[in-house]
Amino acid sequence: MLRYILKRFVMMIITILIIASLTFFLMLKIPGSPFDSDRTTNPTIQANLERYYNLDEPIYVQYFTYLKRIVTFDFGPSIKKPTETVNELLERGFPISFELGIIAIVVALISGITLGTIAALRHNGVIDYLAMTIAVIGISVPNFILATLFIQVFAVYWGWFPAATWQSVSHMVLPTLALATGPMAIIARLTRASMLEVLTQDYIKMARAKGLKPWRVVVRHALRNALMPVVTILGTMLAGILTGTFVIEQIFGIPGMGKYFVESINNRDYPLIMGTTVFYSAFLVFSLFLVDIVYGFLDPRIKLHKKEGEA
Amino acid sequence: MTHIKDIPQDWFTPAQKDDIGKELVVRPALSYWADAWRRLRKNIMAMISLIFLVILVILAIVVPIVSPHSVTDINLPNQNLAPNSVHWFGTDELGRDVFTRTWYGARISLFVGIAAATIDFLVGVIYGGIAGYKGGRTDSVMMRIVEILYGLPNLIVVILLMVVMGSSMTTIIVALTITGWIGMARIVRGQVLQLKNYEFVTASKSFGAGTMRIIRKNLLPNTMGPIIVQMTLTVPSAIFAEAFLSFLGLGIQAPYASWGVMANDAISVISTGYWWRLFFPALFISLTMYAFNTLGDGLQDALDPKLRR
Repeated sequence: MLRYILKRFVMMIITILIIASLTFFLMLKIPGSPFDSDRTTNPTIQANLERYYNLDEPIYVQYFTYLKRIVTFDFGPSIKKPTETVNELLERGFPISFELGIIAIVVALISGITLGTIAALRHNGVIDYLAMTIAVIGISVPNFILATLFIQVFAVYWGWFPAATWQSVSHMVLPTLALATGPMAIIARLTRASMLEVLTQDYIKMARAKGLKPWRVVVRHALRNALMPVVTILGTMLAGILTGTFVIEQIFGIPGMGKYFVESINNRDYPLIMGTTVFYSAFLVFSLFLVDIVYGFLDPRIKLHKKEGEA
Repeated sequence: MTHIKDIPQDWFTPAQKDDIGKELVVRPALSYWADAWRRLRKNIMAMISLIFLVILVILAIVVPIVSPHSVTDINLPNQNLAPNSVHWFGTDELGRDVFTRTWYGARISLFVGIAAATIDFLVGVIYGGIAGYKGGRTDSVMMRIVEILYGLPNLIVVILLMVVMGSSMTTIIVALTITGWIGMARIVRGQVLQLKNYEFVTASKSFGAGTMRIIRKNLLPNTMGPIIVQMTLTVPSAIFAEAFLSFLGLGIQAPYASWGVMANDAISVISTGYWWRLFFPALFISLTMYAFNTLGDGLQDALDPKLRR
């Protein structure tokens, strides 16, 4: 187990390093410079600016400065907002994005698992069809369309919830729903399929034959085993929710990290692009790492130290 | 109760053997594909999806050609008309016909989806096939690479690439396939790993078949089921990614339109009440994603009856 964790950890570091390098070298290739809009800037000022942001040094020096900044978690000042550092922007944006993401994941997990379980227990019944219809809609309709629809219906037409920003609980309802519907649909389908399979197993019959209460059979015996596939896709789902926040934040005008990410790319704000990309990726890769380890603990059948060459 | 002695002797004479009839093949043999097709046809939703997609492809090709309205020409007097008998889906703020643009958008979205799926297929099959067939050290090195790539957040990579290479259809396809082939490679490798130890492969080897021939003739045909399912499911995710990128302003550039671009343009003016500008592209994105997903599920059931739940 320890060896496995160590191996995954090394892989994680390599992945983050690759992303960081990729970001750095791709950014050098981006046409245009962050000072493009200030055309009147005279050459001396331009040179001073470039020196301030280390843009005058040879590329390999810039690269190592950049790596050092990542390790020390200090991304320097933003170019477009010179009064603020990238760290400050991240500190302001990330908690909001994180809150949105976490609430959406929790909502998606709880509602998806419940929906999937009920659908499996009432296989081919009305609730089953209803749940699967919701799931199909959730998978087919892109979240930015859902978000717009929710705003039009629940905020503009009925006026139940505010249409934008992120201030109180009622502000959170629509963005969370828009973000959580897709993952919820995937979880519901997956839970249903694996529940249906588990419910035919002998140990479920055994548990029923022992005279256990039905909900106990479902929760303790069936659900526990049926949830393994859900844990497996949790990692990819995190990625989906994270990138989903870009769009949702833009539509609902939520001042999270997504806004800075899109802005930084359009403005060629190098330090901010590096900061947001590396931060997002590192966060995601670390989550994948955690999911893998949790999975290892949950399912003892999976030997974590597989021999090389085996699946 | 009949006593044992009462049973007539002729009950025990052997029945007449029908030597010819026994060997006769009554029904034509069902090949794997015929059998899968038979199963797929029974799946009503999957068949409806298939028919929908065929019609979608035909209309996407035909409508922009025969339509009296242009995709790109600006016609300001006609701006933001509601759906009527001339403009079936209404017009946008530059007076362009939404009906024609929707089908032009279908071309782009479908092309992006199918191109991405095809490239994923080619790269994934070659990579996964080699890794699975060679096994050993080659395999573990190749799979380590895949594992690292798998950890990359693909939409972030895609966005970075779009920024560097500029927004065009080629860029979108390249960007989507850079991380997209990994899923395919994993599936093919898993299948090949399992299949290569089967007797028919050994038989083929003993007849002197080379590596390429074995991969092409023995291994790939038996892997086609999962591959086709994966391809069917790649198309909707590529269409979604394209719409997502267009939404962030990184998609196909004006004056041309994909569904994502049209939806994005419409969302910014949604409060003005021009609902048709959002409704039609959104409807077609959703229907197409639904159809591909349903067809993919149906194909999975049809091609791999063992996995049926």
